[in-house]
Amino acid sequence: MAAPSPEVMARYEAVIGLEIHAQLATATKIFCGCPTGFGAPPNTNVCPVCLGMPGALPVLNREAVELAIKAGLALNCAIRPRSRFARKNYFYPDLPKGYQISQYDEPLAEHGYVDITADGHAMRIGITRVHMEDDAGKSIHDGFKDSDRYSYVDLNRSGTPLIEIVSEPDMRSSSEAYAYLAAVKQVLEFVEVSTCDMEKGHLRCDANVSVRVKGADKLGTKAEVKNLNSFRFLKEALDYEIVRQIALIENGGRVVQETRLYNPDTGETAGMRSKEEAHDYRYFPEPDLVPLRVSESWLARVRSGMPELPARKRARFISDYGLREYDADVLTQTRAASEYFETAARVSGDPKTAANWVMGDLMGMLKAAGKEISESPVSAANLGDLVKRMATGELSGKLAKDVFAKMFAKGEPASAVIEREGLKQISDTGALEKIIAEVIAGNPKQVEQYQGGKTTVINFLVGQAMKATRGQANVAVVTDLLKQKLG
Amino acid sequence: MKLTETEVRYVAGLANLNLSDAEVRKFQADLDEILAHIDRLNEIDTSGIEPMAQVLYDTEETATLRADVAVPPLGNPAALANAPQPGGGYFKVPKVIER
Repeated sequence: MAAPSPEVMARYEAVIGLEIHAQLATATKIFCGCPTGFGAPPNTNVCPVCLGMPGALPVLNREAVELAIKAGLALNCAIRPRSRFARKNYFYPDLPKGYQISQYDEPLAEHGYVDITADGHAMRIGITRVHMEDDAGKSIHDGFKDSDRYSYVDLNRSGTPLIEIVSEPDMRSSSEAYAYLAAVKQVLEFVEVSTCDMEKGHLRCDANVSVRVKGADKLGTKAEVKNLNSFRFLKEALDYEIVRQIALIENGGRVVQETRLYNPDTGETAGMRSKEEAHDYRYFPEPDLVPLRVSESWLARVRSGMPELPARKRARFISDYGLREYDADVLTQTRAASEYFETAARVSGDPKTAANWVMGDLMGMLKAAGKEISESPVSAANLGDLVKRMATGELSGKLAKDVFAKMFAKGEPASAVIEREGLKQISDTGALEKIIAEVIAGNPKQVEQYQGGKTTVINFLVGQAMKATRGQANVAVVTDLLKQKLG
Repeated sequence: MKLTETEVRYVAGLANLNLSDAEVRKFQADLDEILAHIDRLNEIDTSGIEPMAQVLYDTEETATLRADVAVPPLGNPAALANAPQPGGGYFKVPKVIER
């Protein structure tokens, strides 16, 4: 089918809602005490509860509830004082109970929102609900010598605590969906609800997509696109799916409601030939768990333990430290970066310069070394100390860069590098006078120009003095001395 | 009859059951009786009474939550002890194409 022309595309708009699953950062599973570690040998972190053995009973993990409440609060949701679990029934080999324990009619959190910026526009994306559920195990369909006949099931992941974050259908393009996913990920990382490691599957995403002629009230028929487990896949799959649906309608066809799987190898989505009735999950209240009641005092405790959220932090960086919007954005991308900056800023006494160092030299070198900011060889306090030494005139800008490179390479504080390399800035007038005398003697032409009124020549002479001291001379002191001597 | 034969087959399908025609007729009658009984319960006036799908109790906060502390899991040999077809530490099942 031919792709629709840009003119045709422009007549339509997409309507997108996302379902994001995030793994909660607990030590143990949601309904049993098995560890949640990643990468253990198959079927080792399992017990009768997560193996779905008859008679085994679930007991809800308090920490999982607390993290889910935090996520709800961070996403501006109302927390229900009473929520409950429900069984979602379906058959699949990696779901040993024959049902998933989820929340259906009474989710833990609802009516939230996230503010995003996409394509230069600020907008608010509604969050319908945040509910808790257990994860299924993992089926492996390829890679074994008898994989043509058998699937292999590992139940280590079975019972891992998840939250599902369901958005309103408020997004109109793949870039809005991208910005929304990024905003949710940022918030979940900030409140340490989830590590959001997409490569490990800690954050997974499905999308509901439909298209309609712009201005139409009625929603088009939607397709659910699964397997959008990276930002790139999300964008590619949505772009493909939107074009596919518009082309279908333009050619006189109809979008059918179905589940489609994104194939990253082809960049296309394809319908899954699932049985119609596979979506009849027959939800009913989970009889093995009492309703979840969150008291006001518990909620207040969680609320008071919430860290500052990225949006507020960003605003504060601008108002308190005088940072530019872009810089405040960069420095609040992760909690680690924001905390690093604040420590460095506090120690340095010069937040703007500290911000430039964090975003420039530090992030550049970390990137080149393939390291996260949490693994930085230069601690935030040590970077702050370096910036302070610049502010007080002990180090010139050029010297500071050299010192920083050595701090980064060896993990040493500035003082150790300066001591060893003898890199201290020379501010002592006595030591500089000799050098200045040499500069004046060695550049008679420039001295004559200066004394003849061409005062900008002073910069050349200062440069000569800096060169003679391998950049260690204090520029301000050198300039003053030169002016005195040349009178 | 409150239930159609098609409904019985549909429900059986959801439960992964293959019923013979005779069984379909038997369950149609059985389920019908169950539904008739539920209808009798529906005659009771329950307005103002909180539904009790789970045990309810009067606390502000769920008291039966578990601390997030790991307990030793079963381990692989015990986990696979009853598996009809273990292999390489996994449960092996007939090839699954899609969900």
